[in-house]
Amino acid sequence: MNARRYIGTYLALILLLTATVWSHGFELGGWNVVINLAIAAAKAALIALVFMQLLREKALTRIFSLLGLSWLAILFVLVLADYLTR
Amino acid sequence: MSAIPQTGSYLDSGYSLRSWLLTTDHKRIAWLFLLSLTLFFFLGGTAAALIRLELVTPTGDLVGQDTYNRLFSLHGIIMVWFFLVPSIPATLGNFLVPLMIGARDMAFPRLNLASWYLYIIGGLFTFATVISGGVDTGWTFYTPYSSMFSNTHVVLAIVGVFVVGFSSILTGLNIVVTVHRLRAPGMTWFRLPLFIWSTYATAVIMLLATPVLAMTLLLVALERLLGIGFFDPRLGGDPLLFQHLFWFYSHPAVYIMVLPGMGVVSELMAAFSKKAVFGYTYVAFSSIAIAFLGFLVWGHHMFTAGQSMYGSLAFGLLSFMVSVPSAIKVFNWTMTMRKGTLSFETPMLYALGFIGLFTIGGLTGLFLATMAIDVHVHDTYFVIAHFHYIMVGGMVTAYLGGLHYWWPKITGRLYSERWGQIAAVLMFFGFNLTFFPQFILGYLGMPRRYHSYPDEFQVLHVLSSAGAVVLAFAYLLPLCYLGWSLKYGRRAGSNPWGTTGLEWTTSSPPPKYNFEQIPRVDYGPYRYPIVSGTPPTETRHG
Amino acid sequence: MAEDSLPIQFVAPAQRNEAVTLAMWLLLATEALMFGALFLSYLIYRLLFPQTFAAASAQLDSMLAALNTGVLLTSSLTIALAIQAVALRRRALALWLLAATVALGCSFLILKGYAWYTEYQHHLVPLRGFQTDYSALGSGAQMFFNLYFVMTGMHALHLSIGIAVVLVMMAYVAWSDRTAMVTRRVGLAGLYWHFVDIIWVFLFPLFYLVV
Repeated sequence: MNARRYIGTYLALILLLTATVWSHGFELGGWNVVINLAIAAAKAALIALVFMQLLREKALTRIFSLLGLSWLAILFVLVLADYLTR
Repeated sequence: MSAIPQTGSYLDSGYSLRSWLLTTDHKRIAWLFLLSLTLFFFLGGTAAALIRLELVTPTGDLVGQDTYNRLFSLHGIIMVWFFLVPSIPATLGNFLVPLMIGARDMAFPRLNLASWYLYIIGGLFTFATVISGGVDTGWTFYTPYSSMFSNTHVVLAIVGVFVVGFSSILTGLNIVVTVHRLRAPGMTWFRLPLFIWSTYATAVIMLLATPVLAMTLLLVALERLLGIGFFDPRLGGDPLLFQHLFWFYSHPAVYIMVLPGMGVVSELMAAFSKKAVFGYTYVAFSSIAIAFLGFLVWGHHMFTAGQSMYGSLAFGLLSFMVSVPSAIKVFNWTMTMRKGTLSFETPMLYALGFIGLFTIGGLTGLFLATMAIDVHVHDTYFVIAHFHYIMVGGMVTAYLGGLHYWWPKITGRLYSERWGQIAAVLMFFGFNLTFFPQFILGYLGMPRRYHSYPDEFQVLHVLSSAGAVVLAFAYLLPLCYLGWSLKYGRRAGSNPWGTTGLEWTTSSPPPKYNFEQIPRVDYGPYRYPIVSGTPPTETRHG
Repeated sequence: MAEDSLPIQFVAPAQRNEAVTLAMWLLLATEALMFGALFLSYLIYRLLFPQTFAAASAQLDSMLAALNTGVLLTSSLTIALAIQAVALRRRALALWLLAATVALGCSFLILKGYAWYTEYQHHLVPLRGFQTDYSALGSGAQMFFNLYFVMTGMHALHLSIGIAVVLVMMAYVAWSDRTAMVTRRVGLAGLYWHFVDIIWVFLFPLFYLVV
């Protein structure tokens, strides 16, 4: 039954949200950013895979869903190649 | 598969203005684009003519510097966004993609029409820019000049480009989905004509690059209108960030502009050599490779702008890599002609012109990707000559070649072959006379975007302007004899060139829904020689 | 139930469904790149002004934003359930779930508007003509707020479009009998809604949780 999967996913999302806010209370230096972004990525993945049905889509749709991300990676990596070595 | 009753040609499915302006037929939308693109081409061309006229003498006597700045900005904006980017994808692409893959229309016909309306709205903003006094930032809209200092109508021009960007996204979206989902039974990827491969690669670039440009220009507009300074150095902003974002679109856009031309030339080479394209898979994948590598090289526009030396090094090396798939194409086209049954009708003359001019443009691109040389010729006429060899010598030539080749299919009429050949040859000479002197000018140090120059450059400038006159004449010719053929041209049969491809199995002009029965495709493209009496691509009705 | 007529270019309903799904994902890819230009600018300026970004972030109300994140996540659940209810032809349930989605979307915008208003009162809005005071935060502070207002503004704009789309979907669900068409369209609206949600999921830690 889909409804149960959706509600389970939703609870996981809320749990992740709580974890982000909770981790904000600790001084972890650079690790705060890493934890925040890892949790955000996990949330995005849950939404995409379950709510947006990527788990059930055809291979082509899944590939296309990664297209935007891959091209963002190109943009970020090459711009950073300039900024980080300037 | 259900057959549909045939209704006569798409041109006869309605004669009212309304039947054209509200059409969702991909073939009619191609016409809408063709007519509006031609209008913009001549508008941009007029600006170019005034530029060349001003440069006949070393001093500013025809126009002053402010008008000159507006002229080259207008020329660039119109030619890039209102002609070159949509040129082949929106006209020949729109017309041919469904026909070539055996479909009855694009996947989203209404989106297709919306794309044209967005193009027109963007065009109206550009007209408004011209009427209200123009814009003087150049087509590149570099900050901080565009965001903080220019007193011209930057926002109006940006809105025009922003809107037309969405037109190009919708066209790209339509082409990608159509090629993926609407191919006829048996039309596998490796049975697709090479034009489809290159148009598909182009559409992917349109989808992935254009949104970055849209957002970047929006940020410039926000900075001008609301004072939200993203690139304002006073707030710690970095104008180089604008250049990164701008060229992330605008370098791939170069491949938006030339890849479809390469697809056309692949078709023409096979058609007029009566031979399969040499190394089909290599040519097909080189389109994909160019589309991908094209996204990795934009930093070569910023070698002298203050980019990190190591960044420049990486961008320079990656730029060299683009020459590999480009060279594969050139070599394979040449090999296609070997031992072929060559004939030199107008489209073939354009295709041969393309190969020569594109090769020169491509090779001079290697000079510019070499950092040490780029420092010397950066922002000179060398760069101008280089990209005009690609954009005009390459893309415009291929566009006209394709237009001539498919003209009998599009209109059902034959144009005058003699006049076609004269125009094609004239264009080749006019083009070289216009732009070859600019390589020398640039190498000698003539910077771009100046309305006056030292006396010693005058001879080369006069040569270039003389070439522009020839070129202008050569561009006006097809307008005359193609227009003439619409009414007086002889009727074309369904396959006047005797070539392969599903589009030639339909009548000329094609029926409203292209195929009565969706064809079943059993063979790859370019099966030559054609045995007389059988259709070019053998199809079995299923 | 009335039949959903198939346009001439498709040969089977499945082909059409695949085509529209593909198109929607491609559209979302372009949206991702559009926001990508903003995320990249954010990254570059955060690398240039790390301390200032932390100080400026502390000016924002992170608990309100966390609440708002919860609101959006909940709306993603309601719209996902609504799509399923439409497919199962449970019309009343679908309408309630879509209405809940709209209500949650509007609550987000109201809370966001309240946050912006508070920031306006603290002279943090960098619009031309507004009084601003970033003196305590160090150089680059205005860049943080430029990014903050443009990015959350773009997100709010997309969410508003999403709310309008869901309202149209409610009309379809209420009055149309073409189940296949309604299911397809509500599904597409859902994809868009989830995407807007994902954007916020990244905005939240980047603006409110900088240390």
